[in-house]
Amino acid sequence: MKPVTQRPGILLLAVLLTIGLSGCQMLPGSADAGKAPRAEIMGTGDLGLIVERATGSLLVINTTRHEVLGRIEGLGDLSHASVVYSRDARYGYVFGRDGGLTKVDLLTRSIVERIIQSGNSIGGAISQDGHYVAVSNYEPGGVKVFDSESLDLVMDIPASYTNSEGKTVQSKTVGLVDAPGNRFVFSLFDADQIWSLDMAASAPSVRKFDAGEAPYDALITPDGRHYIAGLFGEDGLSMLDLWNPDQGVTEILPGYGRNEQKLPVYKMPHLEGWAIADGRAFFPAVGHHQVLVANMDDWSLVDRIPVQGQPVFVMASPDNRQIWVSFAHPKNDVVQVIDSQTWEIIRTLEPGKAVLHMEFTPRGEEVWVSARDSNRVTVYNTRTLEPVTTLDAKKPSGIFFTSRAHALGL
Amino acid sequence: MNGFWREVQKRSLASAAVLVGLVMAPGPVTGQEPTNQPMDQARLANLVIQDCGSCHGMTLRGGLGPPLRPEDLGDLPVEAIAAIIREGVPDTAMPPWKPLLSPEEIHWISQQLKSGSLVSP
Repeated sequence: MKPVTQRPGILLLAVLLTIGLSGCQMLPGSADAGKAPRAEIMGTGDLGLIVERATGSLLVINTTRHEVLGRIEGLGDLSHASVVYSRDARYGYVFGRDGGLTKVDLLTRSIVERIIQSGNSIGGAISQDGHYVAVSNYEPGGVKVFDSESLDLVMDIPASYTNSEGKTVQSKTVGLVDAPGNRFVFSLFDADQIWSLDMAASAPSVRKFDAGEAPYDALITPDGRHYIAGLFGEDGLSMLDLWNPDQGVTEILPGYGRNEQKLPVYKMPHLEGWAIADGRAFFPAVGHHQVLVANMDDWSLVDRIPVQGQPVFVMASPDNRQIWVSFAHPKNDVVQVIDSQTWEIIRTLEPGKAVLHMEFTPRGEEVWVSARDSNRVTVYNTRTLEPVTTLDAKKPSGIFFTSRAHALGL
Repeated sequence: MNGFWREVQKRSLASAAVLVGLVMAPGPVTGQEPTNQPMDQARLANLVIQDCGSCHGMTLRGGLGPPLRPEDLGDLPVEAIAAIIREGVPDTAMPPWKPLLSPEEIHWISQQLKSGSLVSP
């Protein structure tokens, strides 16, 4: 019998079988234009997306391996972008500044569906049951609701109100969150109102509440009970207790800046649900170098923690032991870490120039921090507060992990 | 001097005072010296696109703040744009930038906004 190497037919068959059986492993994982690659079999629980705000692209990352798996391009203007996740944690819904709504598949690292649904949009949410994705629009002012599977338009809610000149106009909408009972709650920046949209009702059902001046963003507490809107037009926050909506909106922390000079605000703070720790709520003070601490039993102002700049994000770690604070321009090259028990600043970190966002891993052993003008993301260990590694990214802004798929309000 | 010319003189003086006031617009002395150092135009361009862009959109098509592309600025003169940047707009989210930017820097930014040089068409 001749050796295999002298029998070209068998050799060719062997080579072809080898290639065929190794399958996908020989193909590059990133998406080619116009062709969705086969999905690799992997869990999505330790995956996430990082927004590259200047190039309309997303990085798909793995938090266990501290790795970039690939880049998804073609998402338009992501200069202010946020992401919510499908119920199965496989798909991200990306809300872009230009009104783009893009559904991306983290496993194939490709765009599944994309629409331009408005002229200018600021954020969105996914409903409690995962069937609906709602978008908060500046232009035209209002909220649109889409089927999360197909992105077909289900509902269009113009944020109409009567302005001081008696004209009916549409307000910019902000602070859109999902709430229990398959509801969406959001605020009207120009109309000083909070609206609640009930998706479980057979016909669109909107309930309107008067609120404080110029709500600029809002959060919902992790239990889905309290919707809290930060106010730009006055010192205070508007709070709606969703367990007792008939009580209407209450002003909490009124006059928190009393007797103090308010500084010019170069970037609006952002409110997220991770501002609650140890029975206290921690909020950015607008126009002051302070984090406000409120007692959640009676919403009284308990303390003001002095920090090195005007806070943008104030986020509690998943174990609630630390509060991490990022800042507005111009003092935005540092992050400060506060001990939630003592309210003392335990560390000031320097992740790079223009720190934009922070995201904790699901159980909080690490936190990822983006530095836009340093083109990098730094991963810190939350126990030692030391950097673990850095990843290259082009003008990174928002970082969103798939664990948000299973949290109310995120 | 009769009443008519007194009025003219008064109004001329008033106009001159306004003009002088506009030209020598008050602002706190910032750390920036009007300068032996050349302005860092790359830094300023990045500021406009990224930080002004936080509210006005990275392509200046608007967001919380209005759009700032040349077609949106219309006939607004460079000096008026500079005054808005310097002083802000009270009772709105537009802050005064004079604590952070020198008059030269504000003037350069205003010129770039008017000419549209910082945005692609």
